[in-house]
Amino acid sequence: MEFKNPANILTVMVVGLCAVVPFLAPALGEPFYVIVFARIMIWAIAAVSLNLIMGYGGMISFGHAVYLGIGGYTIGILAFHGITSAWVQWPLAISTCALISLIFGAISLRTRGVYFIMITLALAQMVFFLSVSAERYGSDDGLNILARSDFGVSFFDLNDKLTMYYTIFGFLLASVFVSWRLIHSRFGAVIRAAKSNDTRVQAVGLSTYTYRLTAFVIAGVMCGIAGLLQANLENFVSPDMMNWPRSGELIFMVVLGGMSTVFGPVTGAFVFLMLSEILSTWTIHWHVIFGPFLVLLVIFARGGIAGLLTPGRTRE
Amino acid sequence: MDYVLVTEQFLNGFQLGIILFLMAAGLTLVFGIMDLVNLAHGSMFMIGAFVGGTITLVTGSFILGVVLMIPSMLVIGMVVEMTTLRTLYPRDHLDHVLATFGLILFFNEATRLIWGPEGLVVPLPALLDGTVALGAGITYPVYRIVIITVGLAVALCLYILVSRTRIGMLIRAGASNRTMAGALGVNIPMLFSIVFGIGAVLAGLAGLIITPITAAQIGMGEDVLILAFVVIVIGGIGSIRGAFIASIVTGVIDTMGRSFLDVFLLLFLPENAAESAGPALSSMLIYVLMAAILFFRPQGLFPPKGAG
Amino acid sequence: MSNALKDMVKEVALEARELNKSFGGLTATDNLSIEVARGEIHAVIGPNGAGKTTFVNVLSGLLKPDSGEILFAGRDVTLLSAAARVRQGLARSFQITSIFRDFTTLENVMLSVQAGQGHSFRFWAPTARDKSLREPAVDLLERVGLGDRVDVTAGNLAHGEQRQLEIAISLATNPSFLLLDEPMAGMGPEESQGMIDFLKVLKGSYTMLLVEHDMDAVFALADRITVLVYGKAIATGTPDEIRNDAAVRAAYLGEEAV
Repeated sequence: MEFKNPANILTVMVVGLCAVVPFLAPALGEPFYVIVFARIMIWAIAAVSLNLIMGYGGMISFGHAVYLGIGGYTIGILAFHGITSAWVQWPLAISTCALISLIFGAISLRTRGVYFIMITLALAQMVFFLSVSAERYGSDDGLNILARSDFGVSFFDLNDKLTMYYTIFGFLLASVFVSWRLIHSRFGAVIRAAKSNDTRVQAVGLSTYTYRLTAFVIAGVMCGIAGLLQANLENFVSPDMMNWPRSGELIFMVVLGGMSTVFGPVTGAFVFLMLSEILSTWTIHWHVIFGPFLVLLVIFARGGIAGLLTPGRTRE
Repeated sequence: MDYVLVTEQFLNGFQLGIILFLMAAGLTLVFGIMDLVNLAHGSMFMIGAFVGGTITLVTGSFILGVVLMIPSMLVIGMVVEMTTLRTLYPRDHLDHVLATFGLILFFNEATRLIWGPEGLVVPLPALLDGTVALGAGITYPVYRIVIITVGLAVALCLYILVSRTRIGMLIRAGASNRTMAGALGVNIPMLFSIVFGIGAVLAGLAGLIITPITAAQIGMGEDVLILAFVVIVIGGIGSIRGAFIASIVTGVIDTMGRSFLDVFLLLFLPENAAESAGPALSSMLIYVLMAAILFFRPQGLFPPKGAG
Repeated sequence: MSNALKDMVKEVALEARELNKSFGGLTATDNLSIEVARGEIHAVIGPNGAGKTTFVNVLSGLLKPDSGEILFAGRDVTLLSAAARVRQGLARSFQITSIFRDFTTLENVMLSVQAGQGHSFRFWAPTARDKSLREPAVDLLERVGLGDRVDVTAGNLAHGEQRQLEIAISLATNPSFLLLDEPMAGMGPEESQGMIDFLKVLKGSYTMLLVEHDMDAVFALADRITVLVYGKAIATGTPDEIRNDAAVRAAYLGEEAV
């Protein structure tokens, strides 16, 4: 990794900032920014997971936020029924995400291109509508979570603000590290190769479908972890966290940061959410500015931030 | 469960299918011909409802609202195509998704700025407000019959336009061989703008004609858009015929499922289980249908020719 | 099975029996049978549109035949996927260069080497430091003459070099059989001669089915030749027999002479 690269310097600054915010923000009289950064980091984990399949594998999933929802709702529903032990909640949330992404992946990966985009969207909306119709769990209004996941030990309690924050921070670092290892491994080589030339990968003896499906499940699980963290942080889950605009925003974070760069999604999530935060303090109609900004970004800045900061680097 | 209710719900489903077809027809043409993923098609649905609705309220005539909505949407559609989408044709699908996602945010917020957050209530024209007896004890709202009739007429016109006329021939030529059509002196960029404009008119028409039933609301296009995606995937991208059949099937199954699935489940589930599972399952029904169809035919029921 | 019979089975490396493949109304492969003996270079020639690439695609498993069967090393592989056939030793190259353009030359071959070493569900160890991938890949690149282009991005290689890389990727899967779809496509005379020399070197170690337009190359390399016209095999024989076959001259060679 080259640290002279301006995009990497930006990333190091963002990650460094995340590390010190719980101390810096109150000192500056802006304690509100602690939760803002916690949210940004959760979205960053989700964006890192999407980058695995979209940036490196070329699978444009337009329904990735559904795993945020599934991870979150698993926590919420278990807590609703009085099961708060993290040792039950977390493995269940992870295996539910694995199972659903396995099923959705098996269906959608049979198709390519536009079909894949639309099917991932439709399958995610199916779960969204399911959560809307679940009256028992709050329908549209969402579900309050009365107690955070309980690890049963006194030294690790998510009700402690710093523990909650640094747990998220730890998972962010882990997700970046895991995705770095993955894409540089043999498995990652197959995924990256299949993105650029699927037929050729088959013609050297590798069944791309199985490898893609595996990547799809890994990304689903990683995003599900972001979802279970979100449920714990907010003490609340609602269908909106997996509605389709969330999936669109995730795609934007990945592209904004620069696809197929390990840290790109982290920077992308940071810039996207800070920009929303700042614009929305100007006017409640900030989407009028933000929408055209996104369009211009697509038309003129194809490589995202990494592309803008690194001469000669563009997508494709 | 009696046959009167079943027939009514079937007709309601058919009417939903017609609305879906008006949306899907434009989408599938743009997909098939320009290979463009256009999420902002749902915005055309919404803008048609608001523009046509406003004209209706100002002039006091719903017919005038429909008539004047058509050129308005043609212009709006063509302007969107010329200013933004045109630059996206050579790009990949990801850029299409992102740019048109940005357009949705813009259109939704711009609509909120212009018309306010409450939306727009458009009254039914008095002439069409009423029911008609269809025989055998079945009565049905006149207006819904009008929607079905209009939709069928548009479907027929569209079929004739694409398969029988010169412009349809050009559309098909442009789709299968851009360079060739260009060499024959066809103005391809203009042709694409017109096709896009027609798509916007159809979406706007769909949005406007359901407005007397549902009212015009911000973001109303997105739910319909996703259903239209399902329709296109089932029907096969680029196929008008596929879009029509898939629209009707989707509309009928979705509506019938929502009305009768819990009754059906009662046959083999205890009452409270059926009542809670019914709504949940019926909201998933068409997606399960889509998944099942794709499992056997990954390119939809009527796959585009030459993609074999 | 008697030893004699075993030997007979061994003799035929690849056999296609009455293959048919059509697209819509167009018959691309018409009741085509072929036998490739172990160790030989069997060339398939034919005018444009004769169905040569379709034939290679059916043999390699990228297309499923409408009917007929394919036997590789005596085993029916008709229902196996392309990837599974490669794992059995049936590798192919592509007429239109098919490489990983944004990988380096070395990474291209390393992927192929890793495919030849069994499954790739290894998620943790970086490939860059993996000697068991790197060393065979470097060896192979040296053999095909790309030893000094190891770290170049494949998309930036010259056309001839990309053709060499194409062959190297196929060889790296450890095949016993090579399906070569116009390896000289787009090459200049000098590059073609280099490829001919290279294929001659390979000849002892691999059985090959060579689809090629370049007649000089075909007659320089082939032990036997099959002539395809409109998806039908109109003749099979040694280069001399083909040269003197009246039907072939009329249908194909004659055409070129005019």
